[in-house]
Amino acid sequence: MSEHLTEIIVFAALFLVVSGMGFVAARWRRPADLASLNEWGLGGRSFGPWITWFLIGGDLYTAYTFVAVPALLFGAGAAGFFAVPYTVITYPIVFLIMIRLWSVSHVHSLVTPADFVRVRFGSPTLALLVAITGIVATMPYIALQLIGIEAVLKTMGVAGSGFLSDLPLIIAFVILAAYTYQSGLRAPALIAFVKDVLIYLVILVAIIYIPARLGGWSQIFGDAAAKFQATPAPNDGILLNSNNQLQYVTLALGSALALFLYPHSVTGVLASRNRDVIKRNMSALPAYSLLLALIALLGYMAISAGIKPIGTDVNTVVPQLFDKLFPDWFAGIAFAAVGIGALVPAAIMSIAAANLFTRNIYREYINRNPTDAQEAGVSKVTSLVVKIGAVLFILLIDPQFSIDLQLIGGVIILQTLPSVAIGLFTRWFHKSGLIAGWVAGMGAGILMLYNVANPATKHEHFGGSAFPLAKLGLDTKMTIYAGFLALAVNLIVAVLGTLLFRALKVADGPDGTAPEHYTADEGDPRIKDLKLSGST
Amino acid sequence: MTTREPGQARSDRSPWNWLLVLPIALPLMTFLFNADEPRLFGFPLFYWLQIAFILVGVGCTTIVYRMTK
Repeated sequence: MSEHLTEIIVFAALFLVVSGMGFVAARWRRPADLASLNEWGLGGRSFGPWITWFLIGGDLYTAYTFVAVPALLFGAGAAGFFAVPYTVITYPIVFLIMIRLWSVSHVHSLVTPADFVRVRFGSPTLALLVAITGIVATMPYIALQLIGIEAVLKTMGVAGSGFLSDLPLIIAFVILAAYTYQSGLRAPALIAFVKDVLIYLVILVAIIYIPARLGGWSQIFGDAAAKFQATPAPNDGILLNSNNQLQYVTLALGSALALFLYPHSVTGVLASRNRDVIKRNMSALPAYSLLLALIALLGYMAISAGIKPIGTDVNTVVPQLFDKLFPDWFAGIAFAAVGIGALVPAAIMSIAAANLFTRNIYREYINRNPTDAQEAGVSKVTSLVVKIGAVLFILLIDPQFSIDLQLIGGVIILQTLPSVAIGLFTRWFHKSGLIAGWVAGMGAGILMLYNVANPATKHEHFGGSAFPLAKLGLDTKMTIYAGFLALAVNLIVAVLGTLLFRALKVADGPDGTAPEHYTADEGDPRIKDLKLSGST
Repeated sequence: MTTREPGQARSDRSPWNWLLVLPIALPLMTFLFNADEPRLFGFPLFYWLQIAFILVGVGCTTIVYRMTK
């Protein structure tokens, strides 16, 4: 432990500074009253372009991404690079979608994607399904942020086995829970700034300093190619082969479609001040993708530097690389960047999950007419419960289980696309058709994931998201992203169901929105203006 | 540029929006970039071209944002 002392001191100091900021954030852009979901859960819906950029960036590019994407390249090569095309195509796709969601949420004071479904399709059942999907998909994602911190703690030698060794992780999360409880969305918005400065600093240094020490980029790619050639696995290598190209493309597209369906992405978007802020951010956010591409290549640098993961945990390769090649004090900064990088998304995700519970379960089924203060109170407590759940998940259950669940999370959140994303453009679907589609897509997705084996980790089920087409009876070795096929099933059933329910004249829910609600902007009248006084 | 007549409803429709198709389509065409040569600064084509697509994405979304403001 003593050899890591400098790293630990730098890490702890930066961590404490940031935690302090989290508590102070409650006073930042101080509202008259923090006790409403608009203020606690959406920061007053008042964030301008800069804060939104840092907030959404900090939200989407998480510590887990920074640790797991290079680990993917380290293990499988080119297939792991899908994260780059994925984050390129997501912004042009959602460019026109998110401004419509912002507008309708502004007019109707909506807080969650399930709120929108409730107003649009007049169906509490469909809204409940969307809310539960969101919560289930988000929970393991929060747990994964802890894996990011844990990878760093392991490398510094302060985490191992036994109960006491988990103490640093527990302390980190208790601090996180406390300031999220107090400051709401303002805390991650303020901390995201520090997180990004640290991450950009570390990565800029890493991509100049490490290749110089390892003998240049040609050397790094050469070493990676040599490693993959030596392994028996058929689908690794620094290029794709004919069998995994379809998987690469469908995974990138499916993940891009899923990204802004996650409740925490929606929270970041709804917290912005007006449509212009969102549009501007959709063109500025890809700057993070550049960073992600460079971070991904850390995986090859780790191969070239001869890094071996701690135990079987490949997520430790990046921290190990920093530990081996950087001077101690800078490795400490790099570790702090990863650790703080975990706090921002974990806070936003727990707020988003809490809002879903409050708005679409508590308000719908427990207390029909809560006051603003009651709503905020329920969300605050739920955000604590969500975080405790995430910690228990990591401590009590094999972390691999969280990774499997997160994989499932991407597939299931995609099943809300017809009601949320397509629902923003057309009211053609029948509410019961959408419910039938959700059930079919969900069933198909989980069944497919169950049938994916991974020989490398000795998993017979849930071994990855690459579903072999051979299992459908096709004579090919090609694989496809399971979520993509599941979405296709969902859409087909939703269309057929809609036609059927229309033909049978089954009653559809009322649409509470009007066409002009989807293009409303800051300053346009709201339906519940009275209720929102103080937030504009 | 979309300038609004008084009384006319705001609309998101614009021919410029078609430009958004380019950064969605390019990264999905693996035949464009799934090769080692030509290399750039030691990076195989697979890596540098996909990184270049990020710039295409930024360029297209920025143009659409500016022209539909």
